[in-house]
Amino acid sequence: MRPIKLMGHERSLTQVKYNREGDLLFSVAKDNAASIWYSSNGERLGTLEGHQGVIWSIDVDPESYLCATGGGDLAIKLWKVENGQCLFTWESPSPVRRVAFSPDGTKLLAIADQVMGHIGTIVVYDLNLDDLSNQNLQPSVIIETHPDSSKANVAGWSADGAFIIAGLDNGFVAKYDSSNGELLDTAQAHGIHNEEKIFSITDIQFAPEDGSYFITSSKDKCATLIDVETFEILKVYKADAPMNTAAITSVKDFVILGGGQEARNVTTTAESQGKFEARFYHKIFEEEIGRVKGHFGPLNTIAVHPDGLGYSSGGEDGFIRVHTFDKSYFDFLFDAERTEKAAASGNI
Amino acid sequence: MSLTEQEYADLEKEVNVDDIDFSDLEEKYTVDVGLDNYVVVDGAPIAPESKVPVLIKVLKKIFSEVGEIVEGDDGIHMPLEGGKSKGYLFVQFKTNEMAERAIKELNGKKLDLKHRLLVNRLSDIEKFGVDGNVADEFQEPELPPFESHGYLKSWLQDEQGRDQFGLHFAETFGVYWNKKKLDPEPVIEPRKAFTSKYAKFSPKGTYLFSIHPQGVQSWGGSDFSSIHKYVHNQVRLVDFSPNEKYMVTLSPVPITLPEGTGDRSSFPFGPESEGHKLVIWDLATGEPARTFALPPHLEGQKEMPWPLVKWSHDDKYCARQGPGALAIYETPSFQLLDGKLVRIDEIVDFEWAPAGVHLTNSKVEGGEHVLSYWTPESTNQTARVALMQIPSRQVLRTVNLFQVSDCKMHWQSEGKLLCVKVDRHTKSGKTIFTNLEFFKLSEKDIPVEKLELKEIVVNFAWEPKSERFITISRLDDGNLNSAIPKNTVSFYAPETTGKGKTATTSFKVFHTFTNKHSNTVFWSPKGRYVVVATISRSNGEIDFIDCSFDDDKSSKKSPANIKLLKTERYSGMTNLEWDPSGRFVAGWSSSWLSNIENGYRLYEFSGVQLRDELVDQFKEFIWRARPASLLNGADKKKVRANLREYSAQFEEVDAMEADARVREAILARRRALEEWRSYRAKFAGKVRKSNNVQAETIEEIKEEIFEEKEEIVE
Repeated sequence: MRPIKLMGHERSLTQVKYNREGDLLFSVAKDNAASIWYSSNGERLGTLEGHQGVIWSIDVDPESYLCATGGGDLAIKLWKVENGQCLFTWESPSPVRRVAFSPDGTKLLAIADQVMGHIGTIVVYDLNLDDLSNQNLQPSVIIETHPDSSKANVAGWSADGAFIIAGLDNGFVAKYDSSNGELLDTAQAHGIHNEEKIFSITDIQFAPEDGSYFITSSKDKCATLIDVETFEILKVYKADAPMNTAAITSVKDFVILGGGQEARNVTTTAESQGKFEARFYHKIFEEEIGRVKGHFGPLNTIAVHPDGLGYSSGGEDGFIRVHTFDKSYFDFLFDAERTEKAAASGNI
Repeated sequence: MSLTEQEYADLEKEVNVDDIDFSDLEEKYTVDVGLDNYVVVDGAPIAPESKVPVLIKVLKKIFSEVGEIVEGDDGIHMPLEGGKSKGYLFVQFKTNEMAERAIKELNGKKLDLKHRLLVNRLSDIEKFGVDGNVADEFQEPELPPFESHGYLKSWLQDEQGRDQFGLHFAETFGVYWNKKKLDPEPVIEPRKAFTSKYAKFSPKGTYLFSIHPQGVQSWGGSDFSSIHKYVHNQVRLVDFSPNEKYMVTLSPVPITLPEGTGDRSSFPFGPESEGHKLVIWDLATGEPARTFALPPHLEGQKEMPWPLVKWSHDDKYCARQGPGALAIYETPSFQLLDGKLVRIDEIVDFEWAPAGVHLTNSKVEGGEHVLSYWTPESTNQTARVALMQIPSRQVLRTVNLFQVSDCKMHWQSEGKLLCVKVDRHTKSGKTIFTNLEFFKLSEKDIPVEKLELKEIVVNFAWEPKSERFITISRLDDGNLNSAIPKNTVSFYAPETTGKGKTATTSFKVFHTFTNKHSNTVFWSPKGRYVVVATISRSNGEIDFIDCSFDDDKSSKKSPANIKLLKTERYSGMTNLEWDPSGRFVAGWSSSWLSNIENGYRLYEFSGVQLRDELVDQFKEFIWRARPASLLNGADKKKVRANLREYSAQFEEVDAMEADARVREAILARRRALEEWRSYRAKFAGKVRKSNNVQAETIEEIKEEIFEEKEEIVE
């Protein structure tokens, strides 16, 4: 089916996100307004205005009641989805790279970047749900960049909210206890699959079925699937351009990777050569299945519909493309999967 | 081990110092006598005592230019005997470096017609001048034990006759067997940091070379073990003689001798090579055969013409071009042919015939050595292309040309023909067109056929071992828009008209493809098949062409029957290369030239794509060259007659292997699926902690417009 092209942002997209039901799509870009859209038809529900610069990240709580954004203007903002009212603003010591609600919606995580003399921190705020416009200014947990390691670029919550998993600038992933910020485990996820010199982690997203594993994307042109519990690398997906984002699909065993040539090199190459495609890999076989063209700049962010019906991608070109999967997508099976299916239905 | 003071004192009592053998330490810390700043100058004029102060003054002036001489009488000491100087003197410099410099710069300096100064280090004179220090009798140097590197041509014995190629990606280099559609099979474990620049096979494929800051390293044998190191600091460019006897290397850094005498003995170059940048090596021994300084007009140039040394077809001669002259050297002595240069005023370029030339009046077996060169127009001289026979230096044929912009010499692979592509300009100098001058060397008096074209020929290529050729030409109409395809690919073949004695052959166009972007021609090394490609940043295209289509079936032989077999698009392509057997074509996109879709593709000669691999930071694809076939004509004919039987046999092997691969892939996927299911099964028991979101389900009403009509009501 033809994708819906959302042209509400004036600058490159930084993150797109579905709510739990998948009916709403939240997007932020380098302009200073976040947008909320109906995912079914691409109509804009409204914008969240208040930031004074780049907005790097957005998240929505499980009830689609609250929404949080963090941006380059050193602000973390809490919004009411219903009417777009800004409820509260935290000040951050440095630009905010990532915000994420805990799975139960009671806590908010934010990454303050390691710039402007700031050491680089992941902070957790306990939300005051009774009086939303009166929040604790002090975070309950502060995780500082380890002196021997490097800063966190992205982070997310494990399914039960017990762990915070961060993707670091040096290609490592780190697991922290979300209650006290204690470092529990680290593993090198990137910079070991090839000889790329830059391997910072650019995105982290959890398995839609139960969050027991997650995918990381990196500038080293790879994405890896890692188990939350053991921190073991389960799968590696190799692409031929730096990857900015990766997502795991539900229903089908696929992963979607997005990226492309660095934004600063884009003007010097033709569109066909820039690798600005969403790449589908089989999650289990690590084989590339197909690509979806459309953007004319690198893909910065991809989000999969929670019910696996489609996905949305946001690009450096400033557009969001909302795709709905066709029947052929759901019918596609590898030989081994067909055999398994046949065996399960008793035909063999 | 550390001792306390007390323990040491005890130890000292026990051990008698005189018993300890200090000879090793003494040897290690021998005191330098400090004579290094003295030089001995011989060859000075013998002067009467009265004139000695004047002579000293003169010499002092000369030596002061290279360094400070110690003040006073100690500075220069000229011994006298019988009221005359003895013709030698001692000079004491302030530092060793100054003495070193004096030796370097003033040794051999002509004082006047009769006197030449010989400057040596005093310590050297002591070392070598004293009897007994240098053995009087020649002592045979000890031969190093023979080291086997295995059979260097083992790869040619492959049962399936496969070719090898090298893949260079990121920092890794590996040599692989070509397995057509399947993953190439590594011959050796791909090595990281194998080379600091690029790798290269020798012209017949025997050796593999890697480039390092310290020099060149050769590898060979079935396991590519190390064979020789050719020490040449910061070496950049490498070239080989056609028969793999010699290697030429060039480094931007001039050779400097190491300071210590110990290092010097292991250094491959002698003092005569000081400051040289170009080295010719004997590949078999690993020793330098000759070194050269760069000609002055090339010093400091950024783009170096390469190769700087061109070889005759049998490695017997090599030649370098200097301003207004050719230097031709004989191997293996590497001395100038007849001891003098070949003066050719304003020579621009020269080429050796790639094979022995069979001239009509010569009976030399294997053919003559011939080279061609050209000189441009000057005020009262026309441009000239000439053929010269070596070693006689006899000019066999000259052609005068007018209004010449540029010339390119293309030898046919057997040396039968030379085509000179002459780019000429109109009188106004605005547009350029091309003439092709064909020197027919195997005919009497070397007739020259001229082909005048209206267009400019941008590319010319002879078919190997044939008299057919292809040109890519374009009309020089001043329109510079590169988006308009206006290149014409023309196929020429000789056509004989008339019969018997009056028969003449001339080159005729048999086929053209017009309005193309194509800019490069690659003939199969075995002839007949050719790929004409477009290599450019924006679009790439490869045309696979058979130039003798239907020849096998039809009885009537046409000199050229052109058939376009297939056209393939390859947008990122930067390079293209045939395998040495003429069965495959590899195209690749190198990260040295472009940063998109780096990787390689492998095609059959007919254009069927076998592989398309994207490899991160892919740099180069190198086919391993092969020596000429040992089969004679009759053997080849026999193989061709039984081709069906051979091919059936090979196809079976291919099919079996392909089947095995497919099965393996499916099994691997099944395993992966099983593993994944068992991994997921661990989580099946654990009920997902539902967050029990307190949300009420609201029925969603979706409005969908099925049809929209717009009616204009008047």
